[in-house]
Amino acid sequence: MPQALPYLRETPSQTAGPYVHIGLAPGAAGFDIYREELGHRIIALDTPGERIRIEGCVFDGTGAPVRDVLIELWQADGQGIHPHPEDPRHADCAPGFRGWARIVPDFDTGLFVIDTIRPGSVPGPNGRPQAPHLSLWLVARGINTGLQTRMYFDNLDNAADPLLALIEQPDRRDTLIARCEGAIYRFDIHLQGNRETVFIDV
Amino acid sequence: MTPAPYYQRDRRWHPPALTPDYKTSVARSPRLPMLSLEGTLSEITGPTFGHSDIDPIDADLIRNHARTGDPVGERIIVHGRVLDENARPVPGTLVEIWQANVGGRYRHKKDSYLAPIDPNFSGCGRVLTDDQGRYAFRTIKPGAYPGRNWVNNWRPAHIHLSVFGRAFSQGLITQMYFEGDPLIAPLDLNATLPLDRLAYRFDIVLRGRRSTFFENRPEGN
Repeated sequence: MPQALPYLRETPSQTAGPYVHIGLAPGAAGFDIYREELGHRIIALDTPGERIRIEGCVFDGTGAPVRDVLIELWQADGQGIHPHPEDPRHADCAPGFRGWARIVPDFDTGLFVIDTIRPGSVPGPNGRPQAPHLSLWLVARGINTGLQTRMYFDNLDNAADPLLALIEQPDRRDTLIARCEGAIYRFDIHLQGNRETVFIDV
Repeated sequence: MTPAPYYQRDRRWHPPALTPDYKTSVARSPRLPMLSLEGTLSEITGPTFGHSDIDPIDADLIRNHARTGDPVGERIIVHGRVLDENARPVPGTLVEIWQANVGGRYRHKKDSYLAPIDPNFSGCGRVLTDDQGRYAFRTIKPGAYPGRNWVNNWRPAHIHLSVFGRAFSQGLITQMYFEGDPLIAPLDLNATLPLDRLAYRFDIVLRGRRSTFFENRPEGN
């Protein structure tokens, strides 16, 4: 019989529920409490980089918008550097760049808006460059464990991206690629069904 | 040198995406399998927070929304440690909580339960763990709450928690329940304040990370 090893087990996830905003975005829940809510500033006013706007909607398996979703975003700066001590280049990260945000869609329409800068390329496995991307994490009522995915850009070269190359069905790669529509990128997320977004276990 | 990746999540230990008795999960659960991959720099890094981001009173739900006096209800401490699967403390990480008031009512514009709002209670708090991974909140024990699932369906008393860890892929949202209800944070009589408040202990375990053998790294063995 194998010996039991002294690892602890990860605390199991539970749904964030419909009132997640109370804890993570109290302004959206309808009240003001903190000196500063976290997650509003991805960039500072003077952060260098190309400004972009992303709009989209999260849909359930019936095609209805998920209006009580909360999305967290994590991205590198314009040079592909994360403001984190384990990024070997973090000392060169753009000043005032937080790289992280909480996105709450409109409660009536489900439309979300992200104003940020376009991230640079981040090194991937064995130093291979990854195509520029945003990391997204979705929590909501009915989602038992947060769902992680990525957003890529349709007007950049994604052909050599190591993650996209792992997706067996070519049509499914498109679910991770935002479409440039004039001044904005459109990125919809489908939790289930014909156009189901690729979610990653990472 | 690439930082060490995190242990894979045991997806058979966490709740599955599709749990039909929890009805909302039916249309909000993916039907296709997730794409598994080893974490890159994009996932091994994550947001960091410091004491300039938050205030000490943010951890005190008895005071952080007090208008005319103290909130009504059973005064409690909720405390514990944040560890990883290697039983190492996770210091300096942000723990955020939210909960209903003593009557099971949430301060949220979408909650229409007939139990009243407490004018002195917000139901939200946040704190950074100390150098040993410890955290503590002062709050009111939440009441049970009816949810529209079955016709007569009540959530046990619970507090929602969000914990970041060090990496974007280490983050976790969960719920804490109270001894006597399922999933259980035990009553911690040693941490109570006599004649003032009870205490419950809830330790949180985040994903551990691999050692990088034969490389002299501070995070490795």
